[in-house]
Amino acid sequence: MQTSELQRIASQVRRDIVRMVAAVNSGHPGGSLGCADFLTTLYFDTMRITPENFSMDGVSEDLFFLSNGHISPVIYSVLARRGYFDVKELATFRKLSSRLQGHPSVDKGLPGIRMASGSLGQGLSCALGAALTKKLNNDDTVVYSLHGDGELQEGQIWEAAMYAAANKVDNIIATVDYNGRQIDGDVEDVLSLGNLAQKWMAFGWEVLEMDGHNIDEIKDTLSKAKSKLGNGKPVVILMRTEMGQGVDYMMGSHKWHGVAPNAEQLENALGQLEETLGDY
Amino acid sequence: MQEFEIFGNKDTRSGFGEGLLEIGKKNPNVVALCADLTGSLKMNAFQNEFPERFFQVGIAEANMMGLAAGMTIGGKIPYTGTFANFSTGRVYDQIRQSIAYSQKNVKICASHAGLTLGEDGATHQILEDIGMMKMLPNMTVIVPADFNQTKQATIAIADHVGPVYLRFGRPSVPIFVKPDAKFEIGKADVLIEGTDVTIIACGHLVWKSIEAAQALHEKGISAEVINMHTIKPLDEEAILKSVAKTKCVVTAEEHMRNGGLGDSVAQVLAMNTPAPQEYVAVNDTFGESGTPNELMTKYHIDTVDVIAAAEKVLARKD
Repeated sequence: MQTSELQRIASQVRRDIVRMVAAVNSGHPGGSLGCADFLTTLYFDTMRITPENFSMDGVSEDLFFLSNGHISPVIYSVLARRGYFDVKELATFRKLSSRLQGHPSVDKGLPGIRMASGSLGQGLSCALGAALTKKLNNDDTVVYSLHGDGELQEGQIWEAAMYAAANKVDNIIATVDYNGRQIDGDVEDVLSLGNLAQKWMAFGWEVLEMDGHNIDEIKDTLSKAKSKLGNGKPVVILMRTEMGQGVDYMMGSHKWHGVAPNAEQLENALGQLEETLGDY
Repeated sequence: MQEFEIFGNKDTRSGFGEGLLEIGKKNPNVVALCADLTGSLKMNAFQNEFPERFFQVGIAEANMMGLAAGMTIGGKIPYTGTFANFSTGRVYDQIRQSIAYSQKNVKICASHAGLTLGEDGATHQILEDIGMMKMLPNMTVIVPADFNQTKQATIAIADHVGPVYLRFGRPSVPIFVKPDAKFEIGKADVLIEGTDVTIIACGHLVWKSIEAAQALHEKGISAEVINMHTIKPLDEEAILKSVAKTKCVVTAEEHMRNGGLGDSVAQVLAMNTPAPQEYVAVNDTFGESGTPNELMTKYHIDTVDVIAAAEKVLARKD
């Protein structure tokens, strides 16, 4: 897909995000906005998927696992805009009986979600399990996962990282939302990750880096990542992003990790984000 | 008094190992994962027969549970194997979110449960696992009584779609379930019919309860013995039918009194037909090193304790 068209979709996704969290005065806009360009590109350009015919097993299609489940607004918007379900359903986000739970779940049957997430650190293991089953099934499609950088403080991530390299799980592309922020402050201050690229390399992964707000670069890096699959090593992309990207007053700090804008702030945000596909 | 044919003595974990191999041969979607305890879990036969379907994950149980959850996507039926302690308490949040809440078809197979793990001591002797697992929505909880039943249950759970916790143990115990018996999830086995007291047991305490019923018979007391191999979903009908006759209950389990089989039975009685109940269970304490028999004696979950509980509950009847 043309980069300009992906940018138009990402702008609408950002409008959806701020409107969703403002409507219920809760949710996580910061990381959601930061991952809008990446997830738009992944779902509209990179992944081979069948949104109109969602199946839990996802045989012969690419799979995506959101490990940092708190950025649910962005995945819900992208799924709806991609055709997994009606965009009008975004209005039910975090409301009673909604399929759009605060953190993604499968028990209410929302198309596009295959694993609950929210309690951090579990998604890499789950994605690897799905990748192992693809190998057993001789299914050569790809498994993608997304993780927060703060989430990498969870030990299970490194259990999974060790397993993937030791067992040559080379049909997975994990991405880290490397925005440097978490709830209590900067990742560097809360619990430094040290040299993150070297950590992944030491764990036996192929490491790529990219700017998570440059859609051409996202496309190229995902393409490069795919070309590295099948060579006995799992692939991770360290994606530099800005928490709150696209809404100026949300950028530059961790303060909008899990805070919703009020009515005035929402208007301000919407003024910065072009309505391209029509609001839900 | 009913006699039981004994088919030898074996550990229930070996029943799991044999069952896993058999279901592996029947169902190509069955895969197995183990966290560095392949020999202890008796998974070697499956590993040797199906090396491409066996996944050694190392000492990383949290990752094992996540891998298993993910492997269901695409149609595999993963059986995870490690000690009961590392199958539950260590990975409760992984099971809760990635398996139970996510409705994944994972079979969590847990060996060395309870005190009869023996000399390794309290760090490994989990007595809270039934409680933790039965509280999870979507989870089925099975505690088979002997080698044959563990083998039969291991095979049967492959046909049940949804997460299962299968709990078994280390010591050799008498085998009394017939080799060709059919295992039905949620359907209790009435092993001995009686009229004075109902004894409801699971796991290693089932044979102890049979021994107790035989001793009670000598004293002129008619005890009914029910093997409640499925803790959840609980066979309420079997409980109520028996208690309608006997009017009192003993529950017996190798588990903490809080949250185990006994509490599930008590809930059914309280909500339907309150009746006196005595618990044979470990009472709010950790275990310790010792032989299995020494530990069952010291922590009062042996045959004599079932007999004493039956006599006590009989005295409480109106």
